[in-house]
Amino acid sequence: MKRPVPPACLVRLSALTHKEFRQLWRDSSNILIGIVLPIILILLFGYAISLDVRHAPIAIVMDDDSPLARDVLSGLDGEYLSPRYVASMREAERLLRAREVDGIVRLPADFADQLATGSAQVQLVLYGTDPTSATAIRGYVSSALNLWVLRNSDRGGPSPGVAADTASTGRIEVVDRLWFNAANSSTWYLVPGLVVIIMTLVGAFMTALVMAREWERGTLESLFVTPVRRSEILLSKIIPYFLVGMIGFFMCLLAARFLFQVPLYGSLIVLLLTSMLYLIVSLALGLVLSALTKKQFLASQLALFATFLPAVMISGFLFDLRCVPPLVRYVGQILPATYYMELIKTLFLAGDIWPLILKNNSVLLGYAILFLILAYLGTPKRLFK
Amino acid sequence: MSDVAIQARNVSKSFRIKESGRIVQAVNDVTLDVPGGMISALVGPDGAGKTTLLRMICGLTTPESGTLDVLGIDAASRPQDVQDRTSYMPQRFGLYEDLTVRENMELYADLHCVPAGQREARNAKLLAMMDLDRFTERLAGRLSGGMKQKLGLACTLVRPPAILLLDEPTAGVDPLSRRELWSILKHFEEEERLTVLVSTAYLDEAALCGQVFIMHEGHLIAQGTPDELAALASGRCFDVELPAGTVARTVQAALLDDTATIADAVPAGGLVHCMLRRGVDEGTLQARFGLVAHSVPPTLEDGFMLLLREQQKKAVHSGESAGIPQDGQKGNDTPDTVADGTAGRDAPQDTAGGTGSPAHPASAGTGATPSVQRTPAVRPGTPETGSRIGAAGGGDTGAADDVVIEVRDLVKRFGAFTAVDSTSFCVHRGEIFGLLGPNGAGKTTTFRMLCGLLPATSGLLRVAGRDLRTARAQARANIGYVAQKFSLYGALTVEENLQFFGGIYNLHGRRLRERIATVRRQFDLREETGLPCNAMPGGFRQRLAMATGLLHEPQILFLDEPTSGIDALARRAFWRQITELAAGDTTIIITTHFMEEAEYCDRMVIQDAGKILALGTPGEVRRQAGPDVTSMEEAFIRIVEQHRAAQAGDRS
Repeated sequence: MKRPVPPACLVRLSALTHKEFRQLWRDSSNILIGIVLPIILILLFGYAISLDVRHAPIAIVMDDDSPLARDVLSGLDGEYLSPRYVASMREAERLLRAREVDGIVRLPADFADQLATGSAQVQLVLYGTDPTSATAIRGYVSSALNLWVLRNSDRGGPSPGVAADTASTGRIEVVDRLWFNAANSSTWYLVPGLVVIIMTLVGAFMTALVMAREWERGTLESLFVTPVRRSEILLSKIIPYFLVGMIGFFMCLLAARFLFQVPLYGSLIVLLLTSMLYLIVSLALGLVLSALTKKQFLASQLALFATFLPAVMISGFLFDLRCVPPLVRYVGQILPATYYMELIKTLFLAGDIWPLILKNNSVLLGYAILFLILAYLGTPKRLFK
Repeated sequence: MSDVAIQARNVSKSFRIKESGRIVQAVNDVTLDVPGGMISALVGPDGAGKTTLLRMICGLTTPESGTLDVLGIDAASRPQDVQDRTSYMPQRFGLYEDLTVRENMELYADLHCVPAGQREARNAKLLAMMDLDRFTERLAGRLSGGMKQKLGLACTLVRPPAILLLDEPTAGVDPLSRRELWSILKHFEEEERLTVLVSTAYLDEAALCGQVFIMHEGHLIAQGTPDELAALASGRCFDVELPAGTVARTVQAALLDDTATIADAVPAGGLVHCMLRRGVDEGTLQARFGLVAHSVPPTLEDGFMLLLREQQKKAVHSGESAGIPQDGQKGNDTPDTVADGTAGRDAPQDTAGGTGSPAHPASAGTGATPSVQRTPAVRPGTPETGSRIGAAGGGDTGAADDVVIEVRDLVKRFGAFTAVDSTSFCVHRGEIFGLLGPNGAGKTTTFRMLCGLLPATSGLLRVAGRDLRTARAQARANIGYVAQKFSLYGALTVEENLQFFGGIYNLHGRRLRERIATVRRQFDLREETGLPCNAMPGGFRQRLAMATGLLHEPQILFLDEPTSGIDALARRAFWRQITELAAGDTTIIITTHFMEEAEYCDRMVIQDAGKILALGTPGEVRRQAGPDVTSMEEAFIRIVEQHRAAQAGDRS
């Protein structure tokens, strides 16, 4: 029995896709970027990099050595701060200058007396070159002190307020801060964002590279003079790397859920569909970049600087876009990665917020169509020389 | 009997060169008909527009004006229809190097939708013909240069194409692989009446074709059968015997320098093949040079050289140097074939019609203007050249203190692979020494060891009296090296390149300025265009590369395939300079793919699989190949084949 002959375009597409898979598999650098790098990133961001400050060394100068002062300061000892008691402010300043400590907490000589009158002041000096950790330490110190206040007010005694630095003593704010930290926040925050980084890397970087390689090695020139259509060439580049990208996605998903116990409040189906859409955007962008440059080196540099780095820096992966200068925010809002980042963090940590899902996915769909059209137009079966 | 497969009418195409912003007319008003059912050749120097024309034919780029009709289809408006029926092999054939031989062929069979039934028989036949059937599972990237080209050809033939377009399929391929490729093409021409248009730098290949189109700087300057084109030079070609005690290149140089009477001269088979200018009496060779000459039938190359010289003279006339030192040529502008050599349909008829007949008596007169007789032709056999050649040409028997390179039992292994196997030879001062061999023979490895770029595994290696193992730096100071891909800085101008290379050889101040002025004179690099050298043509960069290698006046000059990719005229000029350098006692070691260039060498080796198969003067090597062998190419093929057959015999 003779099998029906499949249409020519499918024969060509499958031949090209087959070829692409073979090349993908044989070139170990592809495996490195597609599989090994995501694993390294997951481990790096999941374990090694944390935006929380832990065991920050601080010097403590106790001009008032009363038992009450000791009791107040005992709250500082814990997971987040490593207090180091020093004899004088001079000594503390020396340590700070040498950056052996990140901050100084100084209790005035009349601390106990001040406390008794209802309002006591504590001096906090911070090493300010790294504002993120300085802010974090300030937060820790004020919360620790406020916790002491709370505990004492619970005991039913008179509730003397401690004004540590300028921090307010609002009950809710203090509690909130502690909850936030207790949840190992930055891992929850970073690991879902990693999905975006990996999909951008695999999508834009790898396709830009493999397509530019065909231009550079002259393989496209011979391919062009065959019945092959350009849509078939482009599709054969998208299919294999779509699969590689999805492998990266599932690795991140599994790592997030089971390695780092990140909750998934939204629906898995929505997450999956959204990610597939973003991956197509990313792949098409890679094809556009390679069509523009036609050189591996340029295409990879461009993919790195135009997609990967912005995805890391200004998509809201590390920094909240609401806190950056307006110009950077506008640039961030051009990036498809920003919309996907917002979606994925919401889906993981907040749940299915439909207006956001619909709005951001429409933007992504628009980008996908735009980039696919540009890639098609940018890859004519023509040479310009 | 044959139909027209490709019809070009007044086709033009130009580009803007990015570096200089200059507009280059790549193809200029070309009109031609490529016949169906046979092989046609497209020949011409680098930059003649061959590749652009081929790309337009297969619809990869569009003509700016004119029409291009391929199999009755307009290539510009319906490229896909042309591409469905055509096969095209670009200059760097795009094989997928990380796919195997079989996978590459399968891919192309799929893309052309060859039905599974037909596919197996055809692929098997192709692989057998290409002698690739033992390597079907090998990655294409691991094949030798010749094998890659054969695989490329096989991929274009997975189904019988209506037209096969090949862009320099034999560039950089050794003579053996070249011959195989052509026998395959001839086979398909006969068996399937295949229509082929092939561009090539080799005129012996063009001579195998039914129709030859000659292009030059975008114009089609002539077309016809190989015989018709050869006939342009009929009655003017002679083989000159070498007087005793001379070598071919000095006789050739003396002849070539006398531009008033000699149109072309080239050493061949122990003689010098030369072509007289129009109207020059054949007794001139005897009367003027005292040489014994025999009239021989012209070859396609003679006709081609004639056409090129004529074009070049036009260029010189209009102030654009094409690549040869201009001394002694400016006085002679008369076209050599016919006055009207312009492109287009008319040219070939004209040139063919004017063949051999003294149609322009005036030009015969100018051919021997007294003004050119000032050229002090170096007479072969004069005491100073004759004695020197006698000493240097004597082979290994020369005096020991004359030896500048001594190689004994040289071995180079890369892991388990022996690239160079116990190789021994000597090179004497002022000698031109050729290293020849098929792709992968170990030429480049030997070469790199000689220049001190690669340490030897074992053996003795003395260059300029220094042991390369212990005194590499001192040895290097005496060496000039011109790499295969000339290591010039493309973004720098001529002057900047020269200053840089002078600097790294410790030249500075007045001495550097003097040397730069000297090499600029020597290599015709006088004009400073202020353009980066990337914007200059291949022949120009080749001269600049030579100039940079000679700034520090090295005793020994290493040249790695210096003539690949430059045209025949530039090659003549190149060898003229080499002859000059050798006469000034510079020792020259050279590798080349053009076997006939070995005729310029005093001595040569042929290597294969790391072993020396032949060592001696060109004459000795030819005699070793067989008594009836006259061409170097034939000698090379015979020697390599004899060796391989003997080895196969040993193994079985």
